[in-house]
Amino acid sequence: MFEQIAFYFFSVLTIGLFLVTVFSKNVLYAMTSLASGMVVIAGFFFLVGADFLGVVQLIVYVGAVMALYAFGMMFFNVTKDLKEKNTSNIWVMIVGVTVALLMTLMFVGAINPDAIYASLPMSDKMNNPEAVGMALFTKYLVPFEVAAIMLLIAMIGGIVLAGKKMDTSLTNIEDEVLQQKDAK
Amino acid sequence: MDALTIGTIIKILIILAIVSAIAGFGTYIERKVLAFMQRRLGPMHVGPYGLLQIAADGIKLFTKEDIIPQNANKFIFSLAPVITAATAFIAMAALPLFPTFTIPEFLPLIGGAIVPSIVADINIGILFILGIMAAGLYGPLLAGMAQSNKWGIIGSARTAVQFLSYEVVTGLSVLAPIMLVGSLSLIDFNDAQASGIGSWLIWQQPIAFVLFLIAGFAETNRTPFDLLEHEAEIISGYVTEYSGLRWGMFFIGEYANMITISVIAAVVFCGGYNDLWFISGWLLFVLKVIFFFFLMLWVRAAWPHVRPDQMMWLCWKVLMPLAVINIVITGIVVML
Repeated sequence: MFEQIAFYFFSVLTIGLFLVTVFSKNVLYAMTSLASGMVVIAGFFFLVGADFLGVVQLIVYVGAVMALYAFGMMFFNVTKDLKEKNTSNIWVMIVGVTVALLMTLMFVGAINPDAIYASLPMSDKMNNPEAVGMALFTKYLVPFEVAAIMLLIAMIGGIVLAGKKMDTSLTNIEDEVLQQKDAK
Repeated sequence: MDALTIGTIIKILIILAIVSAIAGFGTYIERKVLAFMQRRLGPMHVGPYGLLQIAADGIKLFTKEDIIPQNANKFIFSLAPVITAATAFIAMAALPLFPTFTIPEFLPLIGGAIVPSIVADINIGILFILGIMAAGLYGPLLAGMAQSNKWGIIGSARTAVQFLSYEVVTGLSVLAPIMLVGSLSLIDFNDAQASGIGSWLIWQQPIAFVLFLIAGFAETNRTPFDLLEHEAEIISGYVTEYSGLRWGMFFIGEYANMITISVIAAVVFCGGYNDLWFISGWLLFVLKVIFFFFLMLWVRAAWPHVRPDQMMWLCWKVLMPLAVINIVITGIVVML
C-alpha cells in the first residue's frame, strides 16, 4: 500500500513540477521546479528497487541543473518575469502534435502487458551496481563506448574553445589595463 | 506496528533532536576553540565559561524580526534555508550513528522497540549521502538568487563554481576505497576494517583520504573554501539578506553537514565503529568524529581563505589528476 501511495504522490509531484517548468515565466521558478522534478524522478527508481540508478539520477541531474542555473544567472534578471518572444505558432503545433502522438503510441504498448518484456532481466544473484555494470559492459558495450567517445570529443572541443585565453588570468591583470581595453 | 518500525521512528526523532542540539553546541565549541587558538577567552559572560551563550543565541535567533526584502522572490527566499537544513538531515538517514539498542520492556508504549544504528540501511549508502549533500548546495544557490541583492548573486555564482569544482574530486576520491572494498554500503566498509589499526583504509589509500578531506571542506563551506560567504569580500554572500531563524537554519545545515563528513571520514577511512583492544567501538567512533570536527575548526584557525579561481585551479588541475592517477594505480593493484 505504501508503494502505491508513494507512486501516486511522486507522479502528481513530477507532473506538477514539470508543468511549472514549462508554463512559468519566472526563470527562478522554472529552473527550481526542473531541479526538484529531476530529484523526484529518483524516487521512482527507489520504488522499483533500482537504488543505484536512483542515486545516479540524483547526482547527475543535481549537477546538470546547477550548470543551467549558472547560465540563467548570467543571461537573465532572475527576480523579474521574463517576456517571451512569441515564435511561430505552426512550429509549436507541429512539435506538440508529434509529442502527443509519441505519448499515445507509448501508452498503447502498456495496454498489452505481454508486449513489454525485459531484454536483460534482473537476477537475484547480483546487486544493483553489479547488474548495471553487467548490462553496460556486455550487451550494451558498443553504445557505451560510443557515448564515451562523444563525451570525450565534447570535452576536447570545450577545452579548445575556452583554452585560447587560459594562460592569462583576469585576476592577475591590473584594473587599469582592463579599463584601457574596455575604453578601446 | 512491529518493534523495528517504532524503533526507526524513535531513531529519527533522536537524530533530529541530538544533531540539532549538537549543531547549536557546535557554534559554542567553534568560538571557544578559535578563541584559545588565538590566545583569547571567547564567550565568557553568560553562564559558567559562557556555556549559556547557546541559549542566549537561540533566544536571539527565535525572537528576531523576520525580514523578507521587498524585491525578493518570497517563495524561493523562504524555501532556500529549508533545503539546506532538510538535505543535511536526509543525508543522515543512511549514516551509522550510535549503536543498535533495545528499549527495555517495562516502559509503556515503546517498550521492546529495536532502535537500529542506521535509519535506512540501503546498500548504496555512501553514494546516497554524497548525492543528497550535493543537492544541499541548492540552498545557498537559491538563497543568493532570490534575494535580489548583488552580494547574494555573487554568493550564488560562487556556489555554482564551488559545486562544479569539488564534486568531481569527492566522487573520484571515494571511488578508490570503494574499489578496494567492493561495495557501496557503509557497513561493508566498517566490516572490511575489522582487524585492528593495520587494516584501516587510510594506510592503503592515504592520497584518497587527503583528497576526500579537502573536498569535504569544500562541500561543507569550511574555511579554506568558504567562498560563499567570505565576510571580507562579499559582506555575507548568500546569507546577506537573511535574519533570525531562517539564517539559523543555514547554520544548522552547515554544522549537520560537518558531522556527516566527519562520520564518513571515520567509517570509510579510519576503521568505523569496530572495537579496538579494550576500547568500545562506539566510544572510539564518537572520538574519531569529534577529532574530525575539531580538525575543521583547527584548519579554520590556521589557514587563510582561497580565491574562487584558486579553488577551481586546485580542484581541476591538482586534485582531479591526483585522484585519477590514484584510481588507475588502485585498479592495477586490485587486478593483480
